[in-house]
Amino acid sequence: MTVTIKTLNDLVRPPTAADSPMATQEYFVNMGPQHPIAHGSLRLVLRLDGETVRQVIPVPGFVHRGLEKMAEHLNPRQIIHLTDRMDYLSALMNNWAFSKTVEKAAGIATSARIETIRTLMAELQRLQSHVLWWGVLGMDLGALTAFLYGFRDREIIGRLFEETIGARLTMNYIQPGGVMYDIRADFAAKVKELIKYLTRVIGEYDILLSGNAILQERLRRIGILSAERALSLGCTGPVLRGSGVPYDLRKVEPYGVYDKVEFDVVIGTQGDCWDRYCVRIEEMRQSIRIVEQLIDAVPEGPHMVMKFGAKIKIPEGMHYGHLETARGVLGVLLVSDGKSDAPQRVHFRSPNFNNLWAITAIAPGWRIADIIAIQSSLDLVIPDIDR
Amino acid sequence: MDGQALVQAVIGLGLGARNREKVDRPALEVSPENLPALAKRLRQDPALAFDMLLDHTAIDWLAEGVFELVYNLYSTVHGHHLMVTTRVPRGSPVVPTVSDIWEIAQWQEREVFDLFGVQYDGHPDLRRLFLEDDWPGFPLRKDYTDEDMLRLPK
Repeated sequence: MTVTIKTLNDLVRPPTAADSPMATQEYFVNMGPQHPIAHGSLRLVLRLDGETVRQVIPVPGFVHRGLEKMAEHLNPRQIIHLTDRMDYLSALMNNWAFSKTVEKAAGIATSARIETIRTLMAELQRLQSHVLWWGVLGMDLGALTAFLYGFRDREIIGRLFEETIGARLTMNYIQPGGVMYDIRADFAAKVKELIKYLTRVIGEYDILLSGNAILQERLRRIGILSAERALSLGCTGPVLRGSGVPYDLRKVEPYGVYDKVEFDVVIGTQGDCWDRYCVRIEEMRQSIRIVEQLIDAVPEGPHMVMKFGAKIKIPEGMHYGHLETARGVLGVLLVSDGKSDAPQRVHFRSPNFNNLWAITAIAPGWRIADIIAIQSSLDLVIPDIDR
Repeated sequence: MDGQALVQAVIGLGLGARNREKVDRPALEVSPENLPALAKRLRQDPALAFDMLLDHTAIDWLAEGVFELVYNLYSTVHGHHLMVTTRVPRGSPVVPTVSDIWEIAQWQEREVFDLFGVQYDGHPDLRRLFLEDDWPGFPLRKDYTDEDMLRLPK
């Protein structure tokens, strides 16, 4: 049994005659690693026939920091810091995914207050992440005004995080056994003010961008991903739901207090860029609904059930936990030998790694300009691909 | 099907699957030779219908001299989870690909090849994923060393 190992050079061959009626040649163009729409360092090698894309070869790895190798030398409390640095727009949800896995493995029971605060914070961050995505999508497609609106509103949510947590991006807030700091006395009032404001501006987003004829031309019936293909490609989150599969861990396997709140899972009908756009816009409204139901119902109690810095003992075996971040399913595989503090192996099943490859299935046949729309509708965060 | 019934049903298929202990979810172990047949059955059997390969990775058991490959499956039809594992010797880590059954396996397997050096027989495009094509060694192996690696304080 011999297995052939290829290199990128084997794929990028000299120009060949293109499959078109005119005497044209196929050629390769590098998009990235420094390209504004990558929102990070991602290289796409495009095989082109004129302006039509025949093949996309993603080349990730520019932000590979070896988080999984690092985690093999750290204890669970220290690993939380690494999780912030994967999908930095879902930092709290990443913290939560790892904490949840550790808590389940070590048998740490949290309180209703902790779970409610976690759910609230996660939904606020989902809002923040989607608001930013909306602004950036506008910018990618040439509507710079949307970008300014998106960043303005993201900042307002960011300020709320900063008041409670003390950090804005790599928050390291949700810990095994609770949350780092309790919410402040004026938190509820400020959140209520925020959701009143956001409800209004999401309506404005629709007026500003969603109804725009140019935007719709750029998104509708572009980059269609069928439900069957999306499942086979391991897509999750808004990408999968845009293709019409109602798979949302908040509903399917409720964690936190998602089983106590009412919200709808938003799905698309045909899986084009426009569906993925609409799913995220509507998810913002659903997140507001969840926050509205919880903000007056935070139970009393401690915000941490463990002593500060207490050692966490993880029993021998494989432990798996997952939850729904703003971009899809984040899974954590934790393997412990039951003796040392540091785990034997930590693996993060990151949503962006699995969503990225959808572009190889969607993009062929479309123009270069459509690649921009397709990649923007996938909402990729590059450090989460590379880890 | 609940977890235990699911595990029993898959063991009952007669494809050499047996229970994998010490996992906090339904888990099975199978030999590398039986992996493609079992994977195909899990995907196509209407009662099982595992349409998603959520996750694939490896664990390096240096002391035992094996890589344990982990496949995390989910069925959106039935809403059940299953973890399938297989063991390959560290000396000659070759395992059949499942990328013809779940498309995403193509890239998940490339990640495992890149970081562990596990070779997938029948893979259409096996090459490095994150690291450069001429990178020496496989970083997630326990015995990997690099002169740039930092020493842990004693």
